[in-house]
Amino acid sequence: MARRSLPDLLKRLSPATAARSITYMPRPGDGTPRAVTLIPGDGMGPLVTGAVEQVMEAMHAPVYFERYEVRGDMKAFPSEVIESIRRNKVCLKGGLITPVGGGVSSLNVQLRKELDLYASLVNCRNMPGLPIRHEKVDIVVVRENTEGEYAGLEHEVVPGVVQSLKVITKHCSERIAEYAFEYAYLNNRKKVTAVHKANIMKLADGLFLESCREVAERYPAIAYNEIIVDNCCMQLVSRPEQFDVMVTPNLYGNLVANTAAGIAGGTGFMPGGNVGADHAVFEQGTSAGNVGKNENIITEKKANPMALLLSSAMMLRHLQFPSFADRLETAVGRVIADGKCRTKDIGGDSTTQEVVDAVIANID
Amino acid sequence: MSLQSFLSVFRRGTLFPFSPSFVELERVKFQHIPQTSPAIMAFKQILSRALRSRPDQILSSPSAFSAARAFSSAPITATLFPGDGIGPEIAESVKQIFREAEVPIEWEEHYVGTEIDPRTQSFLTWESLESVRRNRVGLKGPMATPIGKGHRSLNLTLRKELNLYANVRPCYSLPGYKTRYDDVNLVTIRENTEGEYSGLEHQVVRGVVESLKIITRQASLRVAEYAFHYAKAHGRERVSAIHKANIMQKTDGLFLKCCREVAEKYPEITYEEVVIDNCCMMLVKNPALFDVLVMPNLYGDIISDLCAGLIGGLGLTPSCNIGEGGIALAEAVHGSAPDIAGKNLANPTALLLSGVSMLRHLELHDKADRIQKAVLETIAEGKYRTADLGGSSTTSDFTRAICDHL
Repeated sequence: MARRSLPDLLKRLSPATAARSITYMPRPGDGTPRAVTLIPGDGMGPLVTGAVEQVMEAMHAPVYFERYEVRGDMKAFPSEVIESIRRNKVCLKGGLITPVGGGVSSLNVQLRKELDLYASLVNCRNMPGLPIRHEKVDIVVVRENTEGEYAGLEHEVVPGVVQSLKVITKHCSERIAEYAFEYAYLNNRKKVTAVHKANIMKLADGLFLESCREVAERYPAIAYNEIIVDNCCMQLVSRPEQFDVMVTPNLYGNLVANTAAGIAGGTGFMPGGNVGADHAVFEQGTSAGNVGKNENIITEKKANPMALLLSSAMMLRHLQFPSFADRLETAVGRVIADGKCRTKDIGGDSTTQEVVDAVIANID
Repeated sequence: MSLQSFLSVFRRGTLFPFSPSFVELERVKFQHIPQTSPAIMAFKQILSRALRSRPDQILSSPSAFSAARAFSSAPITATLFPGDGIGPEIAESVKQIFREAEVPIEWEEHYVGTEIDPRTQSFLTWESLESVRRNRVGLKGPMATPIGKGHRSLNLTLRKELNLYANVRPCYSLPGYKTRYDDVNLVTIRENTEGEYSGLEHQVVRGVVESLKIITRQASLRVAEYAFHYAKAHGRERVSAIHKANIMQKTDGLFLKCCREVAEKYPEITYEEVVIDNCCMMLVKNPALFDVLVMPNLYGDIISDLCAGLIGGLGLTPSCNIGEGGIALAEAVHGSAPDIAGKNLANPTALLLSGVSMLRHLELHDKADRIQKAVLETIAEGKYRTADLGGSSTTSDFTRAICDHL
């Protein structure tokens, strides 16, 4: 590691960063490098995945990446990419831009359906150093990822009248509720809130709520309540500290996750991923505004890599490399708290490379 | 003019080219406009542009259906539904303030009945609905929906019978009532009749439910027309259409297409399209980025409540429903608060500001400005505030303070 100045050394010696005691006992051979499929994507994707690759190199993390080029306007995912993900079971993805109204169904949605990644997780947390208006935000949004309003079943009934089907099944609602409660149980979370609009869509969201209630009975230690989605948004904006884990169907989850990310500090900092029974794809938790074709940011190379870095830390834990994940998260936390290297989305002017260098410099 | 378009004119029921009264002209503008010949469209556009002028010159701008009334000296009759719970007290407050401000409105009060009226299938009587249809303007307090079956909900009845297609909520930060957001100044316009709330659901097999979302060209055009008309009439510079057309390509794609068509007719207003998740995120980070938002039903519900949360909750938010033929029903969207009913503790701000948007719809801009200024000054001063704003005044004190500020 590079030579350090005295203040830096003193910070390292402070009790907060004392060496971690050994609580994780790996099996012999767990340290062999794991293969992870990497999909840089388009728009800002290559910039931020490049950042992750650099940081992984610097940490000497036992992962190596199999890169595949996929663009957002392709008709379908190339089969070799899907094969690779099935083989490796873990994937890290930059952003894929879905053309608006353009007759190409979203590749993100296709990937989730193909691999049956039925849960999408976003962790929206206040981090010291970010400019925010709300304190004590620590919300995990668990969103059903395969059905609901994104079933993609639309047709034109007569010219000028179009209809879209929202499908809710008991099977999918049950398994997402199971996942949410299990997540809460394993991560010591105290409350699960179901977000719905069952006063209007009585059958569809009613079925979702029924499944949530059934699962809630099996976890009596975890508090459960329900909230209507418009009230939920209003409460998120005024009193976000009341929410802990939120389980939602597909569309509401998208809105709630983006709202929660916005109040916690911006979509550039929220880790997340999609997980199914067999595979996991890690990407930025919420992609609004930080993925896509923002020309200035791409040409000036000022994309915010923090969200993807934190998601890759989640990926390292998922791969059972907890100390690498801790080191990465601490480094990112230090850079954010320092406040010296800020990208454009929070009002600074640093490039992606500068942020990456700062993170690498801060890794123990 | 071809025979077809001649007949289409008769079918529409208005003798447009033969007797263009100003009232008829504006009623036609808000109905669905079937494809007419270019000549008629051009003629209509020229006529409407000639008639429309700056909205603050009341006497010389006969745009909107109240043209006839602005010229007449008779007061405007408006329907008032005080509602339940705190409704009657806050309605009294509004009447008192409007009286002191010398607003030329005569109120026709109607109450929700205690029995189901068979003609409307709900607790609202036929007379109440007829009164709103006749007066074209109304103000509604909070109504508690009675529990039970065999009748339609009150809001649904009003919406269906009066064909209220757009819900307008102006959200602006109240100076003096501190929330985390100080620079909110936007208007949300929500399509109110179709979309995800059509109520068409069914169980396909056990454990699989389908719900239909319907978007039609007619309804989307109607609400887009109103949004741009509103933006123009109130001096707003930008209209943003909120959608999720990257996923729901045909439905939200149709909505966007209609918005684009209308945007072409208003080249002086900037038009943009924002994906809804982007919109949510930008709203909580920097609400000053938005001006007028136009949205389909579900997104509108969520976003308008989000915006209400930004400025301090439903107790302070005005709302106005626009119906076919220029009907405007302003309403307070908060609940009826039965626990503080009758105790003179309620906050009349929401109903007052809704009354103000009703006045703006009637083009009585100077009265609207006066009352709005008085309300904002009273809250900003901080001496008289009701309990929900953190003060300890009663409703009557608050009302008195506003009257003093007029």
